[in-house]
Amino acid sequence: MATYDGLFSALGLSDWCARGAGEGGAPMSMADLVSQSRGESGQEVSWWDTPFPSLDALHDSCDAIPQSRDLTLGLEQGFLAIEDEMSIVLDPLTQPLSVALRNALWLFTETPWWIMMPVLALLVLVVSRSVKLVGFVFFTIALLAFIDHYNYAMQTLAIIFTCAVICVILGVPIGIAMSRRNSVQKAIIPILDMLQTLPPFVYLIPLIFLFSVTEPKLYGIAIILYAIVPVIRLTDLGIRLVDKEVIEAADAFGMTPRQKLYGVQIPLALPNIMAGVNQTIMMSLAMVVIASLVSAPGLGVLVLRGIRNLELGVGLISGLGIVLLAVILDRVTKAALQRINKAQN
Amino acid sequence: MTKTAKKGEQKVKISVRELYKIFGDDPQSVLEYAQQGMGKTEMLEEHGHVLALQDINVDMQEGEITVIMGLSGSGKSTLIRHFNRLIDPTAGEIIVDGDDVLAYGEEELRKLRRERMSMVFQKFALLPHRTVLENVGMAQAVRGYRRADFEADANKWLERVGLQGYGGQHPHQLSGGMQQRVGLARALAANSDIMLMDEAFSALDPLIRTDMQDLLLDLQEELSKTVVFISHDLDEALKLADHLVILKDGYIVQQGEPQEILLRPNDDYIVDFISDINRARVLRTRSVMIETTEPAEGVAGDVDADDNLESVIAKSEGDTTKKYRVLQDGEQVGVLDMQTLVRALVPSQASESGMRAAAV
Ligand SMILES: Nc1ncnc2c1ncn2[C@@H]1O[C@H](COP(=O)(O)OP(=O)(O)OP(=O)(O)O)[C@@H](O)[C@H]1O
Ligand SMILES: [Mg+2]
Repeated sequence: MATYDGLFSALGLSDWCARGAGEGGAPMSMADLVSQSRGESGQEVSWWDTPFPSLDALHDSCDAIPQSRDLTLGLEQGFLAIEDEMSIVLDPLTQPLSVALRNALWLFTETPWWIMMPVLALLVLVVSRSVKLVGFVFFTIALLAFIDHYNYAMQTLAIIFTCAVICVILGVPIGIAMSRRNSVQKAIIPILDMLQTLPPFVYLIPLIFLFSVTEPKLYGIAIILYAIVPVIRLTDLGIRLVDKEVIEAADAFGMTPRQKLYGVQIPLALPNIMAGVNQTIMMSLAMVVIASLVSAPGLGVLVLRGIRNLELGVGLISGLGIVLLAVILDRVTKAALQRINKAQN
Repeated sequence: MTKTAKKGEQKVKISVRELYKIFGDDPQSVLEYAQQGMGKTEMLEEHGHVLALQDINVDMQEGEITVIMGLSGSGKSTLIRHFNRLIDPTAGEIIVDGDDVLAYGEEELRKLRRERMSMVFQKFALLPHRTVLENVGMAQAVRGYRRADFEADANKWLERVGLQGYGGQHPHQLSGGMQQRVGLARALAANSDIMLMDEAFSALDPLIRTDMQDLLLDLQEELSKTVVFISHDLDEALKLADHLVILKDGYIVQQGEPQEILLRPNDDYIVDFISDINRARVLRTRSVMIETTEPAEGVAGDVDADDNLESVIAKSEGDTTKKYRVLQDGEQVGVLDMQTLVRALVPSQASESGMRAAAV
């Protein structure tokens, strides 16, 4: 006999419970099986061990009440039911992401190293205007190449590069929209909070259902969802923090909203936006490792191999490679940020 | 700029009628109380709204400097921002060049701000990411001109405010005084009839401030713009004003010619306000003389109508029995005897319970 039997008979619901028994054909949970095999069911439970009236405990007394497993099962079935429809909409919508990622991967890995390395060095020079930094980046990549991690590193870079660019393209306009209207800000902040706190593994799960694991967009979306938050937040913040008197001056001289946005707000918010870009890049690097669980190529794959096969050396060296990439990306974006700051203050 | 009365062909440039501004959740709902004369404190306590301006009526003459003066929180910034509608009134009329500005649509309003009014700000409000030259050319750039079109003009104004050669710098590379010169050049380069200046010199230290005031007066002599100048400093106000408006808690306590206000304050608040100033330096002979064209006997010499009393005292060497002829443009307009002069130096009545006590 279960704990709450008395309750249901006292309430006169026994009939209803019994009727429900026929329909509620949920599969047995593991716990049920275990307890059944131990022959525990039906034993008296002391008052000390009275279970919380949870779905499972109530189900024991009344079959009409669903188990909690039914809840998760329902969610799963609901998701599966709309999966096809969602795919029809989402698939073409996200197809460009797959294309972009494939092309970036192709470009970064197929370009010979003796072209790629100077190009990267030049890029660093343009962004940071620091010869010292160029030397450091060149040396680091050469080191990675020397220990035969060049290809993995380029794959990782290609993914980060693509995702970061998309984060900026999507995130900056969203941040601007938020800064313009308090209502938009209020609506979006909870979503950002959720994206930021949800463990990264969790949003891989529905994505796996929605997209085929062979599609690069699967990990692309996961990375973008995870990494886009700081750009949005800091764009919003940056524009809201622009000196009110300067905005007033822009209005007083008759700027149109457009002139104000491009001529004043964005340039003055740029240090904050760049700080957001820096964080976004760092977060995509963190996510690209986790995303190798769902077939993202790059250094993460080696880390995963280290864990799976207990190959300590492989795991550690590739981990070190990730750290080096992180340092490069951080230094370069920070140098760009500093340059902007210096020009303004 | 001469402070001689230039009556006659004057034209009202900006006119404000029965203006009310209330800040809060539902200003219209409490407007009625304000119009019935409820004060600022009462309004805040009983209805939770800030009565920033109440029943403001001012006419600003073309080519004159109108100074709006008052303590912190008296509503000066709020008032000046109504003229180019950075703030919209709760009730009232604002007429610029005979046009009702409140009826303007977005496009007309933008035109007004671009072409007919420019503004100088207390904290300069320059664009930090643009060069000094680009800042000066801001008004033209906003109107769609390219740098090449406005560069010569901008350089001219930079030179006029004494900053030739600084065009390529960024604002943060200049001192505060220089930045405000850029702010002034930016407003002048807009080539508008009206200049709004919200405590434009308050953030500068005293010497530079005097410089800037002199610069403004110089420019005004040449350009005769309609200037609305905000200040919380009486000396500055008296130096610049053709027309002085004194605000307190959002209403006008007194307005008129500065000399007139000095000699005939109509409120304890103003008496207190003016009790500390050097009257000999501020008052002019024309304000205290006895108006007459009759030749007077025993005059010790001639003084100009715009001379201040200090210079007359120096001239008389302290002799209170002397008498002077007051001339304007070479013609006698009055007679000033030293005893009247000395009497004018004593403030009319001093109040113990004025704003100075309240301000603590
Ligand atoms: N946006 C606003 N919301 C609510 N109250 C406001 C707002 N702007 C101004 N006020 C109130 O209106 C009154 C007048 O403010 P204003 O800024 O015009 O004063 P001020 O004379 O310019 O003072 P200061 O010399 O300190 O600049 C103050 O009581 C202020 O609190
Ligand atoms: Mg102010």
